[in-house]
Amino acid sequence: MSPSNNEKLDQVFRPIREEAKRRRKAFREAQVPKIHIGMATCGIASGALETKKAFEETLAERNIEALIHPVGCIGHCYAEPIVIIDHPDSGFPPIFYHEVTAGKAQMLAKLFLEEGDPRFEHVLGATVENDLIPSVMEFSRFNQEKRVVMEKCGYIDPEDIYDYIAEGGYSALVKVLKLTPDKIIREVRNSGLRGRGGAGFPTGKKWELAMRAEGQIKMVICNADEGDPGAYMDRTILESNPHQVLEGMAICAHAVGANKAIVYVRAEYPLAVKIVTKAIQQAKELGLLGKGILGTTFDLEIDVFQGSGAFVCGEETALIRSIEGYRGMPRHRPPYPVEKGLWGLPTVINNVKTLATVPSILENGATWFRGIGTENSPGTAIFSVVGNVVHAGLVEIPMGVTLRTLIFDICGGILNKKKFRAVQIGGPSGGCLPADFLDTPIDFDSLTEAGAMMGSGGMVVMDEDTCMVDVAKYFLDFTQKESCGKCTFCRIGTHHLLRILERLTKGEGQDNDLEMLESLSEDIKTGSLCGLGKTAPNPVLTSLEYFRDEYEAHVKEKRCPALMCRPLIAYYFDLDLCARGCDACATCCPVEAVFTTSNRKKGVDQELCVKCGECVVACPPEYDAVRKVSPPDLVPVVERAPEKK
Amino acid sequence: MNQELTDEEQAALKNIVSKLSTFEKQRGNLIPILQMIQEKIAYLPPETLKMVAEHLGILECEVYGVATFYNQFRFHPPGKHPIKVCLGTACHVRAGDIILENFERKLEISEGETTPDREFSIERVACVGCCALAPVAIIGETLHGNMAPSKVEGLLMRIEIEKEMAERKKQKNEPVQ
Repeated sequence: MSPSNNEKLDQVFRPIREEAKRRRKAFREAQVPKIHIGMATCGIASGALETKKAFEETLAERNIEALIHPVGCIGHCYAEPIVIIDHPDSGFPPIFYHEVTAGKAQMLAKLFLEEGDPRFEHVLGATVENDLIPSVMEFSRFNQEKRVVMEKCGYIDPEDIYDYIAEGGYSALVKVLKLTPDKIIREVRNSGLRGRGGAGFPTGKKWELAMRAEGQIKMVICNADEGDPGAYMDRTILESNPHQVLEGMAICAHAVGANKAIVYVRAEYPLAVKIVTKAIQQAKELGLLGKGILGTTFDLEIDVFQGSGAFVCGEETALIRSIEGYRGMPRHRPPYPVEKGLWGLPTVINNVKTLATVPSILENGATWFRGIGTENSPGTAIFSVVGNVVHAGLVEIPMGVTLRTLIFDICGGILNKKKFRAVQIGGPSGGCLPADFLDTPIDFDSLTEAGAMMGSGGMVVMDEDTCMVDVAKYFLDFTQKESCGKCTFCRIGTHHLLRILERLTKGEGQDNDLEMLESLSEDIKTGSLCGLGKTAPNPVLTSLEYFRDEYEAHVKEKRCPALMCRPLIAYYFDLDLCARGCDACATCCPVEAVFTTSNRKKGVDQELCVKCGECVVACPPEYDAVRKVSPPDLVPVVERAPEKK
Repeated sequence: MNQELTDEEQAALKNIVSKLSTFEKQRGNLIPILQMIQEKIAYLPPETLKMVAEHLGILECEVYGVATFYNQFRFHPPGKHPIKVCLGTACHVRAGDIILENFERKLEISEGETTPDREFSIERVACVGCCALAPVAIIGETLHGNMAPSKVEGLLMRIEIEKEMAERKKQKNEPVQ
């Protein structure tokens, strides 16, 4: 593009940027308190809507002037609903409050906003270093993270494009519009960015192939069909900062020469659909999308397509079939979608995180990006760390951090001071790693080598009370249901794997079951076309490799060492501890399996018991009389009191 | 699967017919059309599948094949109080399946079904994204975190009580007229 065109581009963008800055300045400098409330799905699920309402009502009732600023999610799910209150007149820095229920909101509005008392007992920390309140940056959950993709998530209003522009948004797009496609792709390639969807294919290479592919019309698809039952970072990014993804899509489209793009979001994410649709509209109004972007000749239309909830549609060829209106079944590759994709056109399909990383690379340069993470996996990784871990939520760390640092330092270790058993990485396609692997660095290659995979970034931490056979069964149950049915090995093989695992957890395991699991798993891997089938046996194979003794206990002794598989355990009350006349367990039992003995203590009718464990919770801690055993035939016999006549 | 359509559903069906004509007759519109129908009528009655097939000029079995492939589409009307039990990984580790079982036992239906009086339906869903509150169940629009089997009974009882209260209120108001 000629220098005069570049100047013209700046001229078009400058007023937009200045307007954003003016709005930001007016908001910042307003001499009233500002209340930032995290309003993404997870915040709303924990009650953020009620919190917001409580703030609004109390402010109106007490005549307090304050601005409420709905923001996205910062990823600290354990503390939701999260509120930041910036009250300049109080003399305190902006403060993070955690678990702000409606009641807490009313109290904070009255005591802090009106009377200036920040209520230290509810403070998580200050947002900045200061002398009054410890900053959250002193916590490893904050200071050991490295935010590239989620930098602005939870700080800006996702429904206000100016909020994003004020933070430097869309300036990467402006920069890119002045470059030739070759230069953009070279920059992305030099950055070493690998696809965040799981497989880790170099993004620059994918773009280059699409650029060189023949055809006038090309497509860009943002894959937000996040189906892994324990990962929700794509949703959080779309809900908290949709424009960063749109900007990444625009950069990609400009680089490969596409004029049409589609965001493929799951219909199960209604808020994400709504926010992205609105973001596209806003960007169009400002001329950042649509016809003749920022006065140039580059056009880009972005549509939203709602995926209907099929895990296999995360696979790119299946995703394409579903947009075309068919059952989402993968097809053979090659031809790859970059040559023949949607409607037969060259199509780039990138994950949300990949596209959301792109603007920062173009803004700061490939060298900067290479400075984060490891040699072969530069950049950051986002994990949704859930399960039996203290500070659950989304964590963005530089690649190369070890699992131990992530689980024990950043996420606070195991809940209730229990022992670490295993970590499941990569969802249904990943594997379970035992404690020996805690010092494995997190990057594409190391995880694959250990038998797990980066996958979608789901990470489930499990304590000593988790049965590995049951976890493998859970994932198999999922993949078996989601198998599209095209390949026999995947369709029938996973069914049989599941049947064997079900047998084991019921104590009906047969002698050669473990060998059968192994050989069948290998066959499914070889005989399947797409990633779903190729990786479906991973949870079984890794748990079998690292926790074989548990499998053997299930087969040989009909015993579940973790006391989790319900057909293999039994509950009883320790009669030395059970309190005479206490009825706590009997009242809460959903199936009336608890009976009274002749000396007014309790026994369990093993025929009726559904093993829900409710009596364990109900039994007062002073008695702590409920016991679990495995195998169930070890349970002591307790007689019912004879019926009164 | 052959339920009688309620009056409301009949009205919605008419609405769908007029909405259908705004969609171009392209195969790519099949899923968006099915989504539109489900949004209006909450499930896909057999009549609608036929309408869609006619509109797009494809076989009804094709439409049915696509609709059954995806988890989003329902062929049963949901209850007035749809119950969704999360069985994401975190909920599973914290015994979400026991919660599901409890709902099934109390309501005497299995997941994916609706009670005959159309009051309740049970569905299992993948992660709803508040893993810190696991196990989680959603009744109507309200999310209930840290579920326990004994909470199931309490929640159902609450709905029952609220219903009775509403009825009593109605009765109180009626004689005045």
